[in-house]
Amino acid sequence: MSILINRDTKVICQGITGKAGAFHTRGCLEYGTKMVAGVTPGKGGQTAEGLPVFDTVSEAVHETGADATMIFVPPPFTADAILEALDAGIKVIVAITEGVPVIDMVRVYERVKAAGAVLVGPNCPGVITAEECKIGIMPGYIHKRGKVGVMSRSGTLTYEAVWQTTSRGLGQTTCVGLGGDPIVGTSFIDVLQWFEDDSETEAILMIGEIGGTAEEEAAAYVQQHITKPVAAFIAGTTAPPGKRMGHAGAIISGGKGTASEKIAALRSANIEVADSPADMGEAVERAIANHR
Amino acid sequence: MKIHEFQAKEIFRREGVAVLDNYPVRDPAAAAEAFKQLGGGLAVVKAQIHAGGRGKGTVVEVPTQRGVQLVKSAEEAEQVAKNLLGNRLVTIQTGAEGQRVGQVLVEAGCDIDREIYLGIVLDRAVKKPVLMMSAEGGVEIEKVAEEHPEKILKEHFDPAYGVESYQVRKLCKQLGIEGAAVRSADKFIKKLAEVYVKYDCSLVEINPLVLTKKGELIALDAKVTFDDNAMFRHPDIVELRDLSEEDESEVRAGKAGLSYVKLEGNIACLVNGAGLAMSTMDIIKLHGGEPANFLDVGGGANAEQVTEAFRILLSDSNVKAVLVNIFGGIMQCTTIAKALLEAYRTVGFNVPLVVRLEGTEVEEGRKILAESGVNIITADGLTDAAKKVVAAAQV
Repeated sequence: MSILINRDTKVICQGITGKAGAFHTRGCLEYGTKMVAGVTPGKGGQTAEGLPVFDTVSEAVHETGADATMIFVPPPFTADAILEALDAGIKVIVAITEGVPVIDMVRVYERVKAAGAVLVGPNCPGVITAEECKIGIMPGYIHKRGKVGVMSRSGTLTYEAVWQTTSRGLGQTTCVGLGGDPIVGTSFIDVLQWFEDDSETEAILMIGEIGGTAEEEAAAYVQQHITKPVAAFIAGTTAPPGKRMGHAGAIISGGKGTASEKIAALRSANIEVADSPADMGEAVERAIANHR
Repeated sequence: MKIHEFQAKEIFRREGVAVLDNYPVRDPAAAAEAFKQLGGGLAVVKAQIHAGGRGKGTVVEVPTQRGVQLVKSAEEAEQVAKNLLGNRLVTIQTGAEGQRVGQVLVEAGCDIDREIYLGIVLDRAVKKPVLMMSAEGGVEIEKVAEEHPEKILKEHFDPAYGVESYQVRKLCKQLGIEGAAVRSADKFIKKLAEVYVKYDCSLVEINPLVLTKKGELIALDAKVTFDDNAMFRHPDIVELRDLSEEDESEVRAGKAGLSYVKLEGNIACLVNGAGLAMSTMDIIKLHGGEPANFLDVGGGANAEQVTEAFRILLSDSNVKAVLVNIFGGIMQCTTIAKALLEAYRTVGFNVPLVVRLEGTEVEEGRKILAESGVNIITADGLTDAAKKVVAAAQV
């Protein structure tokens, strides 16, 4: 088992004829993902990376039976691409694009929820179920099938965490990159429940960062609803207030969203917090050991 | 992106949000002229810098001068403008060196009945914009939020529909705004919410918002910041950017496609990915060092970007050592190793460089560095890298 995606998931790429879309479609194919088509308006009938290209998502879904999409279209068109996928009945929408205006996401968010679909991102590395299906830009080979469910607001820091769990022989079930924007489609809480319900996931690693209150909300949820061991790391202990730290969502504003507040909330929910980013794998082991 | 008060007020005026008559000026004589044009016996001269706390701020060169002052004659307006223009204003938000005042705003006075706080921001938890108001206007709202959160009234709204009239009535009732003033509030608040959505703002704040004795709401101050991600659809707003208000190195980094934030420490770092870049700062601190910056070179950095990044890092005279931390995912370690060497040779390093590589083609990447003959300290893992760079900075 795993969450969201597996070896049977049929995936299209919106924006497949762009540089990033083409490159990462190739990477996903190499990993073994069932990529079935691409979509670029105006380029229907062509082929890209050996896959048929359609003008619209609904055609692509009709012709291939696709049930997930990976979006690489530029920021001005990302919200529209998400809504198009939603309209075509796709239930797992992974938006990689960075730089989407936040008001666009306010408009999209409720429509995705109302349709009962899952949007991961935007501004995220994607989702991967180890050794089965990769939808995104993460390096596939660092993942090894195992027992840890990973969820994160970051990209390369997630690779670091995955690498640590792989090196320690823990391995992963599914890794979800939630994205670094102020509003993203999927929250820690959503993923916590999916991992709780997944029989193969034995422990959960959560990687948060400064800004917003998603980690505090997750901590409260863990205390109430999660029976599996949870470990966490929060990036940005040294970040100054009022400055955007790369990610649009990583900003301490009005004194809120600091790492120390988040760490305190996590610890009070009995979550094993790693003090150092080098300690994330070990923290998972401690969480598992303490849980027994 | 931030803009000045006078620019925000221009947008307000254009969009039908009530502001007072005013003139932004760049020299003292123009300030005197503006006073006369306003025609009243009273005006306010306000320093235009992005930082808040101007009213209590003091001018470095003229310590008796505050950043905002009431004036009663053209001569006085001229004198205050002279004290401010070209000088440095220090406020709680500027740091000790202060910010140079390039323009002042000369604004008409008004009969104030009450001062109110109004702000619109994104509520990330609810995933909607939220309108916040408080009867405690004119004071630091962060303080109110901390000590009396119940005094901040909140109404969320959908960007597609804006604020509804019943929401305004609710707020007015709680704030004790009555009679004709409720109609004024309805127009004012709805228009302001429209401005927030139309211009892709990340913050619209009016503190104080005043209720005049005639029962009108007027924006006495105006602070507007914009969502950087949305600026592609607002070229007119981008033109309002004042680069003199921003850190020079940060502007330079932005041009090179790098995300950089200057800090106070002496260990510079260059990292791929924002989360890993923050964590690298954290681990430096954890092992007793102080990070000099946040720097994310992004996912596909090339030799030119790395070179520019090194130049920016080394232009900070506090820097005693540099840590490069790369987790090669899409970016192969061999590519980054070559880029590092090229940049190292171009820039001319005068401080120790510690490099930690991990990920795709890491062995080949490390080999390239080891065989280059360049004096690079290589590290194995995050902890080793942090310890080595902290030690190197202490020599």
